Amino acid sequence: MAVCIAVIAKENYPLYIRSVPTQNELKFHYTVHTSLDVVEEKISAVGKAMADQRELYLGLLYPTEDYKVYGYVTNSKVKFVIVVDSSNTSLRDNEIRSMFRKLHNSFTDVMCNPFYNPGDTIQSKAFDGMVSAMMVQAS
Amino acid sequence: MEAHEEKPIIYTMENKPIVTCAGDQSLFTSLYTSLAQQLPKEPMEWRRSYGRAPKMIHLEANFVQFKEELLPKDGNKALLTFPFLHIYWTDCCDTEVYKASVKEDMQRWQNILRLHSSVDWLIVVVESDAKKKNKTNILPRTSIVDKIRNDFCNKQSDRCVVLSDPLKESSRSQESWSSFLTKLRTLLLMSFTKNLGRFEDDMRTLREKRTEPGWSFCDYFMVQEELAFVFEMLQQFEDALVQYDELDALFTQYVLNFGAGDGANWLGSFCAPVRSWNGLLLRRPIDMEKRELIQRGEASLLDLRSYLFSRQCTLLIFLQRPWEVTLRALELLHNCVQELRLLEVSVVPGALDCWVFLSCLEVLHRIEGCCDRSQLEANCSHTVGLWTYATEKLKSLGYLCGLVAENGPTSEDLNRTVDLLAGLGTERPETVNSMQSPYKKLKEALSSVEAFEKHYLELSHAAVEMYRAIGRMRSARLVGKSLAEFYMRKGDPERAEGFLEESLRLYVAEGWSLQVTHTRKQMAECQKLLRQTDDYLQTSALLAGDANLNQEERTHFCQEILSFASQPPGPSDQTVALSMAAFAQLRQLQFSPPGAVVHVGAALQLELRVRCLMPVAVHVGQLAATLHFSLEQGGARGRAGSSQRRPGQGPQGQGDGVVLFPQGSPLSGAGCSLTPALELYEMQDRSPSDSSLNSAGVVCKNVHLLLRRHDSNASLDTPTAGVLPAAVAVDDGAQMLRARDVTLQPGDNSILFTAPTGEPGSYTLRQLCGSVGRVQFVQSHIYPVVQYEVYSQEPQLTIEPLSDNLLAGIPQRVKFTIATGHYSIKKGDALQLSNTDSMPILHSSRCSATILSSTGGQLPSPHEHMGERALSIQSSEKVTSISLPPTPPYHTLEFQLEVLCHIPPAPLKLDSERLTNGEVRHRSKSRSHADSAMIHIDQKVSIDCPWSIYSTLISLTFYVPFKAKHTLLSAGRRKYIQVCLQNVSDSNFHLADPVLVERQPTTTVELLSLNAKRQQLVCSQQSLFCLWEMRWAKDLPPCLQCEFSASFVPISALDPPAAFKTYRYEFQLDRVSTLYSVKAEICPASGDKHCRTGTLCGLEVSITRQAEPSETEGEEEESTEIEGLKTTKLMYEVVDNSSNWAVCGKSSGVVSMPVAPSATHRVQMEVMPLFAGHLPFPNIKVFKYLPHSAAQVIQPDTDSCLENDNLSLLDKGLDDQGDTASIRSRGSVHSVGSGEQQREQQRGLPMPRLEPFSPGQVFNWTQGRQVLVLPATDDHVMEVNVT
Repeated sequence: MAVCIAVIAKENYPLYIRSVPTQNELKFHYTVHTSLDVVEEKISAVGKAMADQRELYLGLLYPTEDYKVYGYVTNSKVKFVIVVDSSNTSLRDNEIRSMFRKLHNSFTDVMCNPFYNPGDTIQSKAFDGMVSAMMVQAS
Repeated sequence: MEAHEEKPIIYTMENKPIVTCAGDQSLFTSLYTSLAQQLPKEPMEWRRSYGRAPKMIHLEANFVQFKEELLPKDGNKALLTFPFLHIYWTDCCDTEVYKASVKEDMQRWQNILRLHSSVDWLIVVVESDAKKKNKTNILPRTSIVDKIRNDFCNKQSDRCVVLSDPLKESSRSQESWSSFLTKLRTLLLMSFTKNLGRFEDDMRTLREKRTEPGWSFCDYFMVQEELAFVFEMLQQFEDALVQYDELDALFTQYVLNFGAGDGANWLGSFCAPVRSWNGLLLRRPIDMEKRELIQRGEASLLDLRSYLFSRQCTLLIFLQRPWEVTLRALELLHNCVQELRLLEVSVVPGALDCWVFLSCLEVLHRIEGCCDRSQLEANCSHTVGLWTYATEKLKSLGYLCGLVAENGPTSEDLNRTVDLLAGLGTERPETVNSMQSPYKKLKEALSSVEAFEKHYLELSHAAVEMYRAIGRMRSARLVGKSLAEFYMRKGDPERAEGFLEESLRLYVAEGWSLQVTHTRKQMAECQKLLRQTDDYLQTSALLAGDANLNQEERTHFCQEILSFASQPPGPSDQTVALSMAAFAQLRQLQFSPPGAVVHVGAALQLELRVRCLMPVAVHVGQLAATLHFSLEQGGARGRAGSSQRRPGQGPQGQGDGVVLFPQGSPLSGAGCSLTPALELYEMQDRSPSDSSLNSAGVVCKNVHLLLRRHDSNASLDTPTAGVLPAAVAVDDGAQMLRARDVTLQPGDNSILFTAPTGEPGSYTLRQLCGSVGRVQFVQSHIYPVVQYEVYSQEPQLTIEPLSDNLLAGIPQRVKFTIATGHYSIKKGDALQLSNTDSMPILHSSRCSATILSSTGGQLPSPHEHMGERALSIQSSEKVTSISLPPTPPYHTLEFQLEVLCHIPPAPLKLDSERLTNGEVRHRSKSRSHADSAMIHIDQKVSIDCPWSIYSTLISLTFYVPFKAKHTLLSAGRRKYIQVCLQNVSDSNFHLADPVLVERQPTTTVELLSLNAKRQQLVCSQQSLFCLWEMRWAKDLPPCLQCEFSASFVPISALDPPAAFKTYRYEFQLDRVSTLYSVKAEICPASGDKHCRTGTLCGLEVSITRQAEPSETEGEEEESTEIEGLKTTKLMYEVVDNSSNWAVCGKSSGVVSMPVAPSATHRVQMEVMPLFAGHLPFPNIKVFKYLPHSAAQVIQPDTDSCLENDNLSLLDKGLDDQGDTASIRSRGSVHSVGSGEQQREQQRGLPMPRLEPFSPGQVFNWTQGRQVLVLPATDDHVMEVNVT
């Protein structure tokens, strides 16, 4: 499962970022932030013409020695980033995709909340719980 | 090899499929050159098994002499050395020779092939004409071929081909060449398909056995690689790559299975400790050393991976896909590190770093070797990963070997370095001569601190540049930050600062708080080393308030500031100004009073709520807010001034004097502030005169925030270290809010300021500055704008009635209101009212004043009752003086006084006859008064106020409650005077004692009252009629001056009954006596008793002179002397306005009345009743007829209506001359036909005039009389008229 899950606003500031608590949180923040470079590259590479039927899943953004970083971007340019441990070989592309889909659904629920002010950091417990379910359970 | 390095084609396999040649060697040798040339010229379609797509393929072959050893023995699966086709060459054309030797030779050849079960052979018979000519007794040439076919190719006739004259340039020769080549290619492909198919089948079988215990990956590797080699040999690089990828995947799967606990035995050899880490070797087509290791089963994991990748790399480069190499390389390197970890292979620390470093560089070199510069630059995004990876690895090696430490490597570090270098082995022969080989680089970098720094910086900068070039700024900053860390380690903070600043700016701009905190901490360290005190303190302040740090760290940074602040300042030191934002956040500001509008000198307090971000309590020596003072709007504003903008209204729209400061979320302050929310205000523009709404709108207050450029603001309003607020110079002269010795606790604090209100104007809070020792925390502007206003007001006196209307004649209460404004009423100050006779001031003893203090600014409601004070009023002849009680400024003094306005005795400029005419100025105060307008009296009061040298003139309007009207009534010669008194006010009155007297009493006239009651109630809008009879003894005076008076008292439920006041009404009666009486008689038609509708009746009018005209009347009445008889001309007219009667014949005429008493003039006329019933008599009007000579006399009271009548008379065209003549001759009225008069004659002639008599001068006896009219007898239609 994931070691870090982040939701990043259109303006590239974090709406939600959570990592496995035992690990170096700062490092994940750096990793996720740097991955935005690739996200932007991929979004612009797709081109404007294809924007409508564009695939939301961006695939592997970049591998590092220890982690694999996957990206997903909603139509409103909110980015989801999932970081997976490289040693976790059991995760296939399809599983990552379904994780993103779940994340997106939950995020949509958050946005539908009339008390949520778009652009604020996400405080929703439901969202948090869903993210927790996708994270590696730190022992 | 080194020489070939630049040309990739060199790496092509030297191998070609082997074709053996038997038979006539010399013949073959002669043909070889052209054969080798021609064979690859045309492509051939290769159809393949297992559904693989057919391919066009250019065939080449390595022709070797046939030897039995070439044929593979059983079990030898080598494909590279496998002969795919065997050819037997012969040019025998002689049957004898054939039978003698060739056949035998062929037979032997065939036998050998059959022994090795090789079916891929071909017999070539070369024919040439030259040879044929030598032998005469030759058989037809086909016979040899037929024979061969017969002998060897049973059912396979295509296995024998004929090549005719191959060395000649004839068309026949070409034809035979081409068919031969086609055959050759077809057979070759057939052989490939067959043999490769068989090989693949064997290979698959072998793979299926992988679960068996003895299976070895290495053996299988060799087998599949053989296939890859063949594909490569056939230039099918794609297929070759597939073979390696399959091997790669298979191996990866095994490793993963191993990780999952399912280990295979053969993996044991790969788990051996890593001893050599000399990196990838990509400069050879096949790294035979490694291959041999694999073959022997002695390869380590790195060896296998390296070999596999080198082969993949080679093939990818053949396929012109260098960028895939870089991607795969990065993947491979990551993967290897993971696999070694997974397999728990013991590795010397740093060894993998070395391997990765070398490998990265090797791949990059390899790519550089096959691409030109522009290509490389365009594809930075593919290579930059490798550069960064190499940089990271070199960095970690540097840290490992103590090359980054300030005091160089320790001996332990050196030992480690030696171990690492040992694992590199010797440099490979390919790169020995190259100056820039990865091997040399690494060795050099590890050799000394300086060299390491050089290489590390070189790599880092290269990576940063590449990231910049492809726009990956975040990655560039991250590398830059690690560079900064390196510089910090090297004790070089100057160079680190720039990188840290760049990174920090990015993180702040994008709102990543953890990074901001981390970078800021590094920044603080750097600034401390650089002794940038201001910047360091600013950064410390930010860190002290950073929620991401723990309490301990925050306290540390806070102490840094506090200890600096408490140091005594040096001679050159100035105070240090820091941004307030890091220190504390403004939460809200509350005005008290909430309106934030006060008068000069009033108390205004501001409560400021501040959230202190420091982790410990901080003692602030002074907290001051500078005020910007401006005169605009201020002083001249009245207290009731309609300020459209309430200063107390914050963006949240609270009207209770609270200003809320917008709060950026602490977590992502910068991120949220990128798009501030719209701040909209309602705006109403009211006209200053009557405060009616001119326009309303919505105003966006923060347009300047929303519309400014985003890129430039990031550094401006986010307080990064090093960016300090510009306007921190605090002007001491300016007015300011000040609070001294405040201790701010962590969290919310409340500070109370007392605002200066010394001068009228508007005050705007500009800067907030907190001083802690030498340190000042400054907020250069406060947003939203906070301001308050101080006004100064002139003292003002108003007098207003208590009731709606002031009534004249009755004591009325008026209220005096003094708004003191800035003036303070001292003891002895008095109002001086100049007295007027018409309006005395009635002062009673129980007069007191109320003092109110206005605290709420412009709102009248929050008045505070201050108490009552007695008023002393002295009245002298001219002046009434009211001494005011002492009242402080900005208070209201109120008291009431009673005044009385006398009703002027004479009817105010009224003509007695025309009361309601428009001459009188009157106002209809309310709707109820619209029909009966009240007469009003404007009363001016002049007041001298103690605060002004000028007198105040105040006008009060009083209304007369009554309206009187008089009428003269006659009955024959008797006269009556009727006075109608109307109450036009809204209150009720008692009226008593109506009295009518002559003003200049004459004995001749006696006025006899016919009024019964003494006292009467007159309600609002009701009238009272009084009647008097005139009696006179001798003569009536021509003019009678009367005065009507009545006593009245208002009826009020509350007040006790007051004394009666008198209302007077004066009028004059002229021409009272009756001059003429008019009698009329209607006689039915002869023989009838009653008048009937439709029949003419006689109307007899008789005008009788009642009295001689008096002197004055005689003057008015023009009399003419005709034949000694004094006559007066009268005009009569019979009009029936109600159209009951039709006047037949002439209806008007002029008569001359002799001036003698009881002179009577009779006129006969005919009228016809139009309706049946009791009909009133038609009207008979009598006018004075003034001939033209008298018309020039201008009557002073000429009535306009008469002039109109005059004109209408003119239209009738009365002939003066004829008329008089007829009167004279017949003594009766002669009708002058209106039609016959001529206007021409009229013109230029003086006009006669008509003038009415005064009421009472003519008495009409028929007034009110009726006559019975019967309906016509023969009327078939009954007309009933109900009126």
